Amino acid sequence: MNVTQDVLTVTEVTRRIKQLLETSFPSATIAGEISNFKRHTSGHIYFTLKDENAQIAAVLWRSRAERLLMSPEDGMKVIVSGRITVYEVRGNYQIEVLSIRPFGVGEFQMAFEYLKRKLAAEGLFDPEHKKPLPEYPERIGIVTSPTGAALQDTLNILRRRMPSVELILIPVRVQGPGAAEEIANAIYEFTEYGRVDVLIVARGGGSLEDLWAFNEEIVARAIYASKIPVVSAIGHEIDFTIADFVADLRAPTPSAAAELVVRDGAVLLDNVRDSWHTIRESMLNMLNHHKGNIRHLLKSYSFNKPIDLLHQFSQRIDEVDRGMAASVAHRFAMIKMNARALHLRLAALDPQLTLKRGYTIVYKDHEIIDSSKLLHAEDVIDIKFQDGDVRSTVS
Amino acid sequence: MLKKEPKKPTFEQSLRRLEEIVNQLEQGDVTLEESIKMYEEGMLLSKACIEKLTQAELKLKKLGKDMQGNFQLFDQESK
Repeated sequence: MNVTQDVLTVTEVTRRIKQLLETSFPSATIAGEISNFKRHTSGHIYFTLKDENAQIAAVLWRSRAERLLMSPEDGMKVIVSGRITVYEVRGNYQIEVLSIRPFGVGEFQMAFEYLKRKLAAEGLFDPEHKKPLPEYPERIGIVTSPTGAALQDTLNILRRRMPSVELILIPVRVQGPGAAEEIANAIYEFTEYGRVDVLIVARGGGSLEDLWAFNEEIVARAIYASKIPVVSAIGHEIDFTIADFVADLRAPTPSAAAELVVRDGAVLLDNVRDSWHTIRESMLNMLNHHKGNIRHLLKSYSFNKPIDLLHQFSQRIDEVDRGMAASVAHRFAMIKMNARALHLRLAALDPQLTLKRGYTIVYKDHEIIDSSKLLHAEDVIDIKFQDGDVRSTVS
Repeated sequence: MLKKEPKKPTFEQSLRRLEEIVNQLEQGDVTLEESIKMYEEGMLLSKACIEKLTQAELKLKKLGKDMQGNFQLFDQESK
């Protein structure tokens, strides 16, 4: 044995090993099978992770243990991520576990069922917690991968159906470690932002493991806590994730989500145009109706009575007038006729004429004597001839 | 927090009001003055809705936060 070699104390060598190990494995993701799973009264969980020819001790501190999305059991194949540390007192190394994910399909299914039961029991899936979608959203939030098919499909549908909306994206990773946290944060952020009318949480198709982020509890709780109605659109029609159960509405695919969220703009446009016409039409009808009323009133007997009376009076006046005119004219004519007749008669009586016919007028004391008996001898009389007078005495 | 936008009727409110006006005018049990007022409002509303609906270009934005942690909408190019 070479004595001059440095002699280390156990502590020193352990510390060196610890330093060496912890710096070279700051974080590690290990797949293996669970065995000797023990939940300590302290709440910490200890188990061994093994495969056919090796094993490693694992510890899950209590704080993490509470947020487990699955109930690990012996024999379960899992993927564990955490960091390697050395437990100096025992002189062994272990992995301090940060998260556990099921590894084989069986494990996924088991973990899925477990979380589904757990959240269902808490009422996160209850229909009465489902918020109705707004009928005419103007601003739509979407949590998805910026480069994924889901965003593209959603855009295409919205462009066709209702280009007047605004699509607001929070880009996130949709699979792999950390994806669930990003998705959950994005959902909380939208609630904090508050100025979108509906929120789509989407990703394209993929394997059960690809979609796993949407089965994580933090995503489920974020959706449940969202003040904005959430439409989940994850994978294909057949894929159901926990997010779909919690969402306010589950769409089979991202494109379907877009179609559920917005109405067909063209149909809406027709409706609005119809409304426009109807309003104009009913307005015109109303005006015509009122005009008709007024016209009817104008023609109505009662309204016209005064005018009617007026007409009658004026008619009577005309008649009277005419009548008067006629009678006056008539009278006038009569008078004229009479006058003429009188005139003629007078003329006829005109002493001159009679005188011209040889007759004479005898006056006595300026009175006409029309009978011989009135004259006595010696009366002085004047005899009027057509051409002068002769005074004489009666013999 | 974002400053409050002036109270503009949302698209949904405008449509609802438009339907209301159409129904009332069709029933016709409205005075002439009221119906004229409603007619004018209906014309304005339908014009605004048509303008909104014929706005052709879909806007894609990205929600983020600026230095001070306030929300900002950034343009996001879309294929």
